[in-house]
Amino acid sequence: MHENTLAQLSRALQSKTLSSVELTEHYLKRIEQLDPLLNSYITVAPELALAQAKAADARIAGGTATALTGIPLAHKDLFCTSGLRTSCGSKMLDNFIAPYESTVTARFIDAGAVTLGKTNMDEFAMGSSTESSFYGPTRNPWNTEHVPGGSSGGSASAVAARLCAAATGTDTGGSIRQPAGFTALTGLKPTYGRVSRWGMIAYASSLDQAGPMARTAEDCALMMQVMAGFDERDSTSVDEPVADYSAGLNDSLKGLRIGLPREYFGDGLDAATADAIHAAVKQFQALGAEVKEISLPNAELAIPAYYVIAPAEASSNLSRFDGVRFGYRCDDPADLTDLYKRSRGEGFGPEVKRRIMVGAYALSAGYYDAYYLQAQKIRRLIKNDFMAAYEQVDVILCPTSPTPPFKIGEKIDDPVSLYLTDIYTITANLAGVPGIALPAGFANGMPLGMQLLGPYFSEARLLNIAHQYQQVTDWHSRAPAGY
Amino acid sequence: MALDRKAVEGIAHLARIALSEDDVPATTAKLSGILDLIDRMQAVDTQGVAPLAHPLETTQRLRADAVTETNQREALQAIAPATEDGLYLVPRVIE
Repeated sequence: MHENTLAQLSRALQSKTLSSVELTEHYLKRIEQLDPLLNSYITVAPELALAQAKAADARIAGGTATALTGIPLAHKDLFCTSGLRTSCGSKMLDNFIAPYESTVTARFIDAGAVTLGKTNMDEFAMGSSTESSFYGPTRNPWNTEHVPGGSSGGSASAVAARLCAAATGTDTGGSIRQPAGFTALTGLKPTYGRVSRWGMIAYASSLDQAGPMARTAEDCALMMQVMAGFDERDSTSVDEPVADYSAGLNDSLKGLRIGLPREYFGDGLDAATADAIHAAVKQFQALGAEVKEISLPNAELAIPAYYVIAPAEASSNLSRFDGVRFGYRCDDPADLTDLYKRSRGEGFGPEVKRRIMVGAYALSAGYYDAYYLQAQKIRRLIKNDFMAAYEQVDVILCPTSPTPPFKIGEKIDDPVSLYLTDIYTITANLAGVPGIALPAGFANGMPLGMQLLGPYFSEARLLNIAHQYQQVTDWHSRAPAGY
Repeated sequence: MALDRKAVEGIAHLARIALSEDDVPATTAKLSGILDLIDRMQAVDTQGVAPLAHPLETTQRLRADAVTETNQREALQAIAPATEDGLYLVPRVIE
């Protein structure tokens, strides 16, 4: 059952060759057997899942089902899910039962999907390996000594290990695309403002975006159809009509112009990854695309700019965690200042504290111009680079990571070396453009990913291109041994 | 950029994060490393470039000044560490 893609499961449920209860029980059993090693779930919700599955079967019988009705999903533990613990991978929220439902998860509930549970993540979404979680690291099912990437590593691992049909993730600096690349999945970061952030625990408000993580572009299209749309309650939500993400999947790629940024194919890139992308170039050319070199001249400045803007916004967003209204409170606070300082000092992990402090510094009197304002100007330059590139090409092709998935423990003690691995993903968040990651090959049994970046609101086109590539390659249909 | 102890303690205070004596050296070293990374931004002249705060540069939507939310104090306070009569309790602030 779990070998099937979401699209196949959807058809099986609709034709009643399979029930949602059977499917849900199957995944719950797999989670019980296989997740103790992987640690991809923080919270599993068997009673809720089975109740939803039962309701889904009734709805299917009644003829009012949609594509996602009865489909068991996992949600990154950053979406507020009413009545369920929502921890953000942090001790600060280990006791937090969300009192309301996020827009994204509410949309899946309305569609009749089943919630299997909440997945592990880097604490407060700050990380690229899922090693900073209060609940311990998640392991990559392709090789359990290696990271699944981050911060949506739990979602990636759960989907890759076939412990759910698909999952939601979020991407602020690459946190959907990099783990998708590390686990042979397809993951989409939509245009900023395409998917509502209401009920998403905020990290960096001008960068955060939720998106699907699944085994195929076709599956991601089905997930996007549920997730995308204007939401009154998110003041950054864009009132742009929602495309039919599945309708154009089979459009021809003839005449598609693909750009390869020269700045992204230099010395820092792993040779096997570079080879996989050059092989993909040939595939795209065979499908009718033209491929040419382009330039993103300010690409290198993206990392310092991001590591000012994101921590600055985080320092503001995480100031709400003060031990007063919810979440962790320290024991026996001596006074109000002690309450704040120790609740935060004890409740947050080291990486979160570092980023809050970097952000506070960058925004403080005397440093604002040199750091925050400068970073925002660089952000403008990066956006301009994309706009100029899209005058010459329709989409940009590049790697998701400079290296294949690294070993657990290899980079976590050196924050800066981990930050530098975000080089390919960060630019899309700064510019707000959409990007899709998909599998491009394997090296030593480990997945190699690539991504396609498009103009604003080109998600349907990105899904189409990925789908066409997946019709002529089979990286996406491989499963890790034992899963 | 190398930070000194006083700067790190100052930042920790701004962020309202308790920093133990033992943590100060490691925190100072790591923060200094991050600031070195960030300083790479100074390599470019951004004279005349307009800052970009929001990727699509949309403006804040406004809505009518009408009540649309219901009072959910009980539900929202159910998860609070300490409350009394609908108020959140904290250590005494005013002597």
